[in-house]
Amino acid sequence: MANSVEIRGLSRAFDGNTVLHDLDLDIREGEFVALLGHSGCGKSTLLRILAGLDDEIGGEVTVPARRSAAFQSPRLLPWLKVWRNVVLGLPGRPDRDLALKALDEVGIAERATVWPKTLSGGQAQRVSLARALVREPELLLLDEPFGALDALTRGKVQQLVAELWRLHGCAILLVTHDVEEALLLADRVLVMDEGRIAHEVTVELPRPRDLTAPEFVTLRARLLNWLGVTHTLEGTPS
Amino acid sequence: MTTKPLDVGVLPDQDRPEDPPPTTRVTIRGTTKTSRRFTVPRSVRRAAGPVGLILLWFLTSATGVLPESVLASPVDVIQQAVELTKNGELPSAIAASGRRAAIGFLIGATVALGLSLLAGLFRLGEDVIDSSMGMFRAIPWVGLIPLFIVWFGIEETPKIALVALGVTYPLYFNIYGGIRSTDSQLVEAARMMGLGRLGLIKYVILPSALPGALVGLRYALSTAWLALVFAEQINADAGLGYLMSNAQQYFRTDVIVLCLVVYALLGLACDFAVRILSRRLLTWRANFEGEA
Repeated sequence: MANSVEIRGLSRAFDGNTVLHDLDLDIREGEFVALLGHSGCGKSTLLRILAGLDDEIGGEVTVPARRSAAFQSPRLLPWLKVWRNVVLGLPGRPDRDLALKALDEVGIAERATVWPKTLSGGQAQRVSLARALVREPELLLLDEPFGALDALTRGKVQQLVAELWRLHGCAILLVTHDVEEALLLADRVLVMDEGRIAHEVTVELPRPRDLTAPEFVTLRARLLNWLGVTHTLEGTPS
Repeated sequence: MTTKPLDVGVLPDQDRPEDPPPTTRVTIRGTTKTSRRFTVPRSVRRAAGPVGLILLWFLTSATGVLPESVLASPVDVIQQAVELTKNGELPSAIAASGRRAAIGFLIGATVALGLSLLAGLFRLGEDVIDSSMGMFRAIPWVGLIPLFIVWFGIEETPKIALVALGVTYPLYFNIYGGIRSTDSQLVEAARMMGLGRLGLIKYVILPSALPGALVGLRYALSTAWLALVFAEQINADAGLGYLMSNAQQYFRTDVIVLCLVVYALLGLACDFAVRILSRRLLTWRANFEGEA
């Protein structure tokens, strides 16, 4: 399958501080890629570059023209009703039916006419997903979109993202620091370190994935090891 | 529960504290239903001050402790209000002053809006305008009255110009500040969603400047009336200031007090109007299910 994203020799420095270092990466059409890494490893910088929000770069990046993003905070405009937020920036007059369809897809159509401030965190994140998907992107960029949600809500929204991905078939780049989340959702998991893709693993487990399957546990241990986290608990008194 | 740390077993012996620190305990006592024999409603207590002062004013006037040459009795003030309304002097004075305030406000608001948009939206505008506004603001605008008389004479123009000037600063600084405090994350998200420069201004920057602009509007309106009081001391032949300076020549403290009360009421009315406007424009800030 053709590549959706092609990155060649990408570098980015902030005031002489190199954050991305001669980075190469391909993402195939319709592929779900998760990007793991410690805070400050450059994963969010990479995502911003792919989003087109940062162009002070060296190297070459090819991305689809139709792409959109959802961020850790939903970033809805508080002075526009929910449905107006969904279709914000689309050409032509605000299309209410289109907005309702997109909101229905994320299971929140009944909140279309309220102000964003009245939404809960999970609801707002759903609206943010609807806003990204209503643009029918070929590439969807997700910057820790579940990071601020409580554990129960996070599980539900993760499931929703998996379903929406199957439905829309767009390529997804998910930036996260949650190893399990990456393994539950992605076709391929990348580990970033010091501005490079340091490791990568293809996840060939059948979906929906089982957190307790032995292969899953093995992969998780491997990823945690790459991230420099030893995941065994010590300290029980003998 | 014991006060011993749970993981004390894994600590090396030398690190273990000799004695656990003594636990200090406090008692939190409820404050509901404390025995208070008699409570006056808050609204009554709040009204007691002003009402008491007016009563004191009335009593001291009625007993002659407060002579009329110093301050007229509230009864006289009310009588004057009725009389001057009947013969049309007060309404025409209010109309003349209101006209000055309105024209001055419109000019000042237009200038402030134009300048703040230029300074807020364009880097060049900011460099040229904002430093100049900072410099001009340091000049007390009331001090410009003599210069305005030299420039504009003693007719209506200097009065309107003074009001316009007083209105310009608070509006400019609040709108400019509002534009500049736009959340960059929202701008980024809106750009990502395909909004161009005009779309960003219309949907992101101006709405987020609106709360600040409304605060500026409240300041501007109160400044407009204040500027008018100063301006109408200049050779007025109509308006509340004219009524006041006339009264001053005849030691009519009742008319002076009446004019002050009218100024205050006009200011209050403007403030009230802006508060209503804010409530309607900023419904999205309220935490209720707005289904309007």
